[in-house]
Amino acid sequence: MVDDNPLKHSKNRTLGDLSVSGRSGIQFPSLDVPEQEGLPKELLREEYVKLPELSELDVVRYFTNLSQKNFSVDTNFYPLGSCSMKYNPKINDAVASLPGFARLHPLQENAFIQGSLELMYELQSSLMELTGFSGSSLATLAGAHGELAGVLMIKAYHESNGDSQRNVILIPDSAHGTNPASAAMAGFSVATIPSDSNGNMDVDAVRSLAKDNLAGAMITLPSTLGLFDTSIVEICQIIHEAGGLIYCDGANMNAILGRVRLSDLGFDVVHLNLHKTLSTPHGGGGPGSGPVCVGEKLLTFLPSPVVTKSNGKEGTHFNLSDPVNSIGKVAAFHGNFGVLVRAYAFVRALGLTGLRHVSGDAVLNANYILSSLKDVYKVAFDRKCMHELVLSLSPQKSKGVKALDVSKRLIDYGIHPPTMYFPLVVEEALMIEPTESETKETLDSFIEIMRKIAIECEENPDVILSAPNFAPIGRLDEAMAARRPNLRQVY
Amino acid sequence: MTENFVHSYIPHTDSERREMLNSIGVNHLEDLFLEIPERYRDPDIKLAPSLTEMELLQELEFLSAKNVQVGKMPSFLGGGAYSHFIPSAVSALTSRGEFLTSYTPYQPEVSQGTLQATYEFQSMVCELTGMDVANAGMYDGATAFAEAALMACRLTKRYRVYVLESVNSNYLAVLKTYLVPQSVEIVIVPDNVNQVDEDVACLLVQYPDALGTIPNLSSLGKLIHAVGGLFVVSVYPVALGILKPPSEYEADIVTGECQSLGVPLSFGGPYVGMFACKSEHLRQIPGRIVGKTNESHGGKEGFVLTLQTREQHIRREKATSNICTSEALIATAVAIHLALLGPKGIKQVAQLCYNKAHYAAKCIGEIPGFFINPHAPDKYWFNEFVVTGPKSADHIQKNLYDQGIVGGIKISNLVKDGLLFCVTEVNSKQEIDSLVRALDSMKEL
Amino acid sequence: MTMIPTDCYYTKEHEWVRLDGATFVVIGITEFAQDQLGDVIYVNLPEIGSEIQQFAQMGEAESVKAVSDLFSPVTGTVVEVNSNLQDTPELVNQDPYGEGWMLKVELSGTEQLSKLLSSDQYSDFLDSGEH
Repeated sequence: MVDDNPLKHSKNRTLGDLSVSGRSGIQFPSLDVPEQEGLPKELLREEYVKLPELSELDVVRYFTNLSQKNFSVDTNFYPLGSCSMKYNPKINDAVASLPGFARLHPLQENAFIQGSLELMYELQSSLMELTGFSGSSLATLAGAHGELAGVLMIKAYHESNGDSQRNVILIPDSAHGTNPASAAMAGFSVATIPSDSNGNMDVDAVRSLAKDNLAGAMITLPSTLGLFDTSIVEICQIIHEAGGLIYCDGANMNAILGRVRLSDLGFDVVHLNLHKTLSTPHGGGGPGSGPVCVGEKLLTFLPSPVVTKSNGKEGTHFNLSDPVNSIGKVAAFHGNFGVLVRAYAFVRALGLTGLRHVSGDAVLNANYILSSLKDVYKVAFDRKCMHELVLSLSPQKSKGVKALDVSKRLIDYGIHPPTMYFPLVVEEALMIEPTESETKETLDSFIEIMRKIAIECEENPDVILSAPNFAPIGRLDEAMAARRPNLRQVY
Repeated sequence: MTENFVHSYIPHTDSERREMLNSIGVNHLEDLFLEIPERYRDPDIKLAPSLTEMELLQELEFLSAKNVQVGKMPSFLGGGAYSHFIPSAVSALTSRGEFLTSYTPYQPEVSQGTLQATYEFQSMVCELTGMDVANAGMYDGATAFAEAALMACRLTKRYRVYVLESVNSNYLAVLKTYLVPQSVEIVIVPDNVNQVDEDVACLLVQYPDALGTIPNLSSLGKLIHAVGGLFVVSVYPVALGILKPPSEYEADIVTGECQSLGVPLSFGGPYVGMFACKSEHLRQIPGRIVGKTNESHGGKEGFVLTLQTREQHIRREKATSNICTSEALIATAVAIHLALLGPKGIKQVAQLCYNKAHYAAKCIGEIPGFFINPHAPDKYWFNEFVVTGPKSADHIQKNLYDQGIVGGIKISNLVKDGLLFCVTEVNSKQEIDSLVRALDSMKEL
Repeated sequence: MTMIPTDCYYTKEHEWVRLDGATFVVIGITEFAQDQLGDVIYVNLPEIGSEIQQFAQMGEAESVKAVSDLFSPVTGTVVEVNSNLQDTPELVNQDPYGEGWMLKVELSGTEQLSKLLSSDQYSDFLDSGEH
């Protein structure tokens, strides 16, 4: 007989608990130049910085053990909607670590950075091809950062036309919260486009909002409902006729890679999430990269820098350039270069045929799950989905089991929960995005587990309400975390 | 679609695809894309043909070899990105798939690794800066600085900020991009500013500043507080190994670029910005914050994202910032690096930087025609300094390159014909002496 | 059955008002409101001395994943703020009509109370499902 797991009740220790005065995790060579006259005492700190004191193994073991408390793409199925948690190829990390890239200083002389600039130029070109746009900047460091750059360009465009009264941005009610937040940071006010019963934007509402003060719209395509909005071309026309420009949130680009160009549909600017669509690892919350691509109207407004190519007598040369009407710099340097290398490697590894298979299988997988679950779960909109599907657990909620509970139960089965309670327009939403990376066996297993959970909701709700039952930790008291914030330790 | 497409990233076989399409009830994969208007469907897109992993590695090795990185030649570049030694354990740990390939920790039960690592990062940032609370990190030092200015405007309800002219020009540029659209006026003031208008939200300074010198934080802090504005200090965290923390100068918000703490140069990113402040301003902080709590039903302690009502996914256009995905993995790298350094390690690094840089400056200053910090010869500085010589900055820089040395960022906008040099612990005496010899060859005869 | 004390006036935004002497009132949110909010983690209230307007926004109540505007049920001057809510916002959940009170306000006139609902009217309003 094996007793209770002796480790089950062990206290979770932080670095402060492990620290022992006098230990060290590093040695430096001693000073090899004569010691210099020091700074005056009043400028110097009186005590050491109170950091923990640990051996190298202490640190390695601590962070290794921590890592094992995470679910990740490398270890678990991770169908987190709108996040495109696909496989992150290992070659991408390897090439980003090449010394010529990883050890390159950002302010290095132009002649010494030609390899990096060439890669950035080629990536810009690939993104422009995929979106159909005529310009691109890789300077923005995440999706929301790209959104901000996008709406700042729209603002700068209107101001350059003497149209500074255009101060309203339209945003669908299904949009991610970063959209209105980015619009506000750009100094715009926000008007909401309601969704119609089919999950599309309400065209009449757009028409009535398209007035003299219209600056533009921020539209996610496919939408956060996992749908290709069939009125998109008409909506872009209405907004253009009213003098507005249309920004596309490219978070869901994985559904349409190589299958439609956003410029053809009427968009003026898009940001792409390289950490979603182009396979760069999300790192538990970044680094991301959110390059923007624009059409002719916004070409001169791109954030600095953009990489340009010149053919001189000494051959081809790449430069960091500032577009003439640029909205300015959005970060200290030239973008999250290490992420750009990874995204470039992904595009090169797949080519157009491969990228079309990415979107093809991403959409296939989502529809396969949808068709296999819709007899046991309510789907938010009963039509073909794109790369993700949205379930509504409102029927289960009426029996006391919420979307949150089903999410936590999935953890017991070793699956990372889908996105919950988003989009806001669907009650008890669960948004499931399988991506192209997963095998049919994984999808079938997920479907089987979801069906099993549907039965548990009816027959054994307690096992769901107490979930996760086998995670490193149970549900946490978030109210207490916010009421009595404990945001740091003292070492 | 191409038949029998096989790729290591995409597992389905054609027979599996057919089986799945049958189950969905459509004949062809293309039928799933019929909502895309037909005239725009499947456009002509030109991408380079695909490469196998072997070919890809070769191509990128070739491309990366066109660069001249630190290590190929002695380098004395700083200016906001610094070459410091990074122990092997840092990348060994951050390249673990569980850290690398997880998303933002929305589900705390299966994200305790990222959450607890972030809690360590927040704790360490507080210790370095002396501030009460810190967030989980911003995109970089420049955007953190700009977000601090916006936060100061929200807190004071004032829409004018003062920035010292000695602030890094890239940071100033980002400040403009962020502040001007929200109708915040930016006033650039001299370092010896001695008067602040009553409607100023904050005074923004850099410590050490863009030219490496240490500003008089004590008087600047008092000056801005006298009008009820906030004191915002951007730090080079390695310098805090020996310098007084900004908290001792009554800083209200401290930001900084953490690249110098275990993050590769990587041509400018990904890096991570720190953001710390006094606890009274907690509810106006932008970005993620991790907090410690207990299980709802059980005794274990754990970590969650907290105070989320500040953030865009709840407060939308009224959020404290639009930031969502930030730089969690890089913050984890910083926490690992600082855990290895410990209190003595970070002091030692700072002392090595200080002594080596001052040794270099002393030797260069002895060369006829060369001057160290001609704009501010009496000011104290850390590990960056300005050099002017008998020739133009362009000439000196080029001549150094010709002699196999990368050194000096042109800063003629701040000091005529000035070159900014940076020396860290990775620069050996041999390298420094070769720099001195190279400059000596250009001396005034 | 949600608790609706008979000695209070109410608004359709789920605030309650209790007279405290002839010209002063105490304000809080109702049992129903706290239940809808869930665990209250923070309450942002106007400062002492500030003027508040009937039916205008006066503050915010935050739960873990939502922010709700608080609307003033009366016009007047804030004379006292429940400082206990800073450290123990859960009082709003535990005792919304008692320890969880929010503001004490000097009324700019008592005639405005006629614009508020009685406990019966508020009870009917909740039953009507129009909230």
